[in-house]
Amino acid sequence: MVDVPYDAIADIPPAEVAEVELYHPKSWWTQYVFSQDAKVIAIQYSLTASAIGLVALVLSWLMRLQLGFPGTFSFIDANQYLQFITMHGMIMVIYLLTALFLGGFGNYLIPLMVGARDMVFPYVNMLSYWVYLLAVLVLASTFFVPGGPTGAGWTLYPPQAILSGTPGQDWGIILMLVSLILFIIGFTMGGLNYVVTVLQARTRGMTLMRLPLTVWGIFTATVMALLAFPALFVASVMMLFDRVLGTSFFMPALVEMGQQMKYGGGSPILFQHLFWFFGHPEVYIVALPAFGIVSDLISTHARKNIFGYRMMVWAIVGIGALSFVVWAHHMYVSGMHPKFGFFFATTTLIIAIPTAIKVYNWVLTLWRGDIHLTVPMLFALGFIITFVNGGLTGLFLGNVVVDVPLSDTMFVVAHFHMVMGVAPIMVVLGAIYHWYPKVTGRMLDDWLGKFHFWVTFLGAYLIFFPMHYLGLLGIPRRYHDIGEVAFIPPSAHTLNAFITVVALTVGFAQMVFLFNLVWSLFKGRPSGGNPWRATTLEWQTPQTPPGHGNWGKELPVVYRWAYDYSVPGAAQDFIPQNQPRATPGVQGAAP
Amino acid sequence: MSAIILFMAVIAVIVGWWLSQQRLTTKPWLEEDGIGDFPSAGAVTLPAAKIGLGVFLAVAGSLFALFISAYSMRMNTVDWRALPVPRLLWFNTGVLVLSSVALQWGYMAARRNDMDGVVFGLLVGAASAVTFLVGQLLAWQQLNVAGYFLASNPANSFFYLITAAHGLHVMGGLVAVGRTTAKVWRGAEMTQLRLSVELCATYWHFLLLVWLVLLGLLTGWTDDFVDICRQLLN
Repeated sequence: MVDVPYDAIADIPPAEVAEVELYHPKSWWTQYVFSQDAKVIAIQYSLTASAIGLVALVLSWLMRLQLGFPGTFSFIDANQYLQFITMHGMIMVIYLLTALFLGGFGNYLIPLMVGARDMVFPYVNMLSYWVYLLAVLVLASTFFVPGGPTGAGWTLYPPQAILSGTPGQDWGIILMLVSLILFIIGFTMGGLNYVVTVLQARTRGMTLMRLPLTVWGIFTATVMALLAFPALFVASVMMLFDRVLGTSFFMPALVEMGQQMKYGGGSPILFQHLFWFFGHPEVYIVALPAFGIVSDLISTHARKNIFGYRMMVWAIVGIGALSFVVWAHHMYVSGMHPKFGFFFATTTLIIAIPTAIKVYNWVLTLWRGDIHLTVPMLFALGFIITFVNGGLTGLFLGNVVVDVPLSDTMFVVAHFHMVMGVAPIMVVLGAIYHWYPKVTGRMLDDWLGKFHFWVTFLGAYLIFFPMHYLGLLGIPRRYHDIGEVAFIPPSAHTLNAFITVVALTVGFAQMVFLFNLVWSLFKGRPSGGNPWRATTLEWQTPQTPPGHGNWGKELPVVYRWAYDYSVPGAAQDFIPQNQPRATPGVQGAAP
Repeated sequence: MSAIILFMAVIAVIVGWWLSQQRLTTKPWLEEDGIGDFPSAGAVTLPAAKIGLGVFLAVAGSLFALFISAYSMRMNTVDWRALPVPRLLWFNTGVLVLSSVALQWGYMAARRNDMDGVVFGLLVGAASAVTFLVGQLLAWQQLNVAGYFLASNPANSFFYLITAAHGLHVMGGLVAVGRTTAKVWRGAEMTQLRLSVELCATYWHFLLLVWLVLLGLLTGWTDDFVDICRQLLN
């Protein structure tokens, strides 16, 4: 903490927010392994998520090898291809992005940004990580069980998910469902912490409207996740019953290999409703933290207050609420009453309004800002571009009449990779470059960072932009080998090969990033406490990396909002949140 | 999906009410405090554990609302054969009510600083909750003996699944009651105990409420209500 003259406020009444009773680690094990410190848990979450994310990255290379050069690689057969797409999707959406944004960034940033010493339930927080790790291990174990992992697609639609024609029908699907159930239990433990810490453990002066947008994004996403994940939980438990105990929640009467199966009467549509009641909010569970973080990155690196802070907060809350009433737009081709289709298309298009407000506000924050093209800023700009691109194709797909012909084509793959794959990953990477100095005390190498950005950004664009065209041609997704079909021109095959080459190149760039992470840990330039000259509380800690308990003897006091950049008349171009007003009676620091 | 939509609407009203108290229309860029000001965070002053329980109840509520949604969608299919509800369930319901009352008694005793009352409330509450669980297991056994197996009909499957989910929540609550009782054993101060007992009682009332709704659903009492809702929606 810097510059807070505590003597002057010695007569202030005791902090309204009681301090958390800190658990003090007594041994190496409780300090670094079974730690209850949110910062250590955050790093554990991030490392685990990144490790399993790398597995998903390798799976995507294998898929691309098959699509780009079909028939060349004999070790990828049709079943394996299905297993690869399933595991790639599931890992990326749930085990990487959700865990990294909420478990990783949430754990590290929430207590620091709201001025708390730790999460409010540190023990439960620790349990959350270990249950998550168990979920990841169960998931990873499916690669080694007889039959391999499930190949049902990340949506796990029944009845095919548990029929013998689908790879991984033996153990793969069972362990997948068990892993999801564990993940949700673990997440609920962590989620309770994130929500209650924001509600109850904010330091003096940190009103909701002074919270950095990062906290708003993570907080709202956590509330949504706590309410949406039970739907996946219910769906997983019921499907587990169908698979293991022979119930017929989702399984209709079926004849398999000439044999009447024991199932009957179940409703696959019921599963789809439950899955997407979770699945659509999940998109925003990933997107809202990204929205929040990118707002802070843009404001800090453009040295300008965020444009329309209030509107940004309202938009986050509005998107959170709306995202619960759009789920069936994933089910247009499952068959539904046309009026329902109309309803869900309308809600889907309405959600574009708060989203567009956010995009305009980011751009208006940049307008006439003092833009520093640092690596975090580059990634933030990359995010805006990819997100706008993916968002616009989302408007196409939100309409029933456009969605029906495009459904299950590469167009959909391109859309969701742009909007909830590449865009959030851009933010994750930007955020790592931004907060790495706080976590380690050293800067990441700038040159390697810029190389990483340009290869990743241009590469991701070259991968997914042409994929829209493939989709418009009618090339279906999930196909192991398209073969020679009259409506697919030879150029499509050339394009597929091109995309594969770029995908491998982008993958290579991530290795450079990993090298940078490790190399800078030892050799990076020392960063000091506040290298970006940022206003928010996490940059004002007395130590970098922040010590146990985050703050010195006393908690910081917050006197202003989080975006006092380039305030006219101020000595520096930023005023930290814990710096009181200089002259009594002067109001209106920033326009 | 109407049950979960209704539940979400209730949550949205609560969240909306709370947000309306948070001065979300202020212009934070104009508000700057000086050293002499004693800024307030506007943070909730309730104990963290109490808010934590409240949030958890919302999560658990959403879980049960989803089970109910799935139940009411699946029961429309032709293969649905409602199963006879064992009479034992009425006894179990009575025992769960007793459990809830006992914990409320314990909480009121804690407010009066009456340690004996707290111990009595906790023990009776725990004992009756265990009785409830045993009763539920016996009900399962009776159904099994009568030939209503888990997989033989979706109505049976839902009965076993939903009662199991509720039972697991009761077991989780028993862990909390056990820990509170252990605190009494270790001679904790009444001020520390009061909150724990209050949280246990709140959780038990929630479990009772959920059970009453589930019982209405499983016995078919709420069928008419569900039909009316469905007609309204159509």
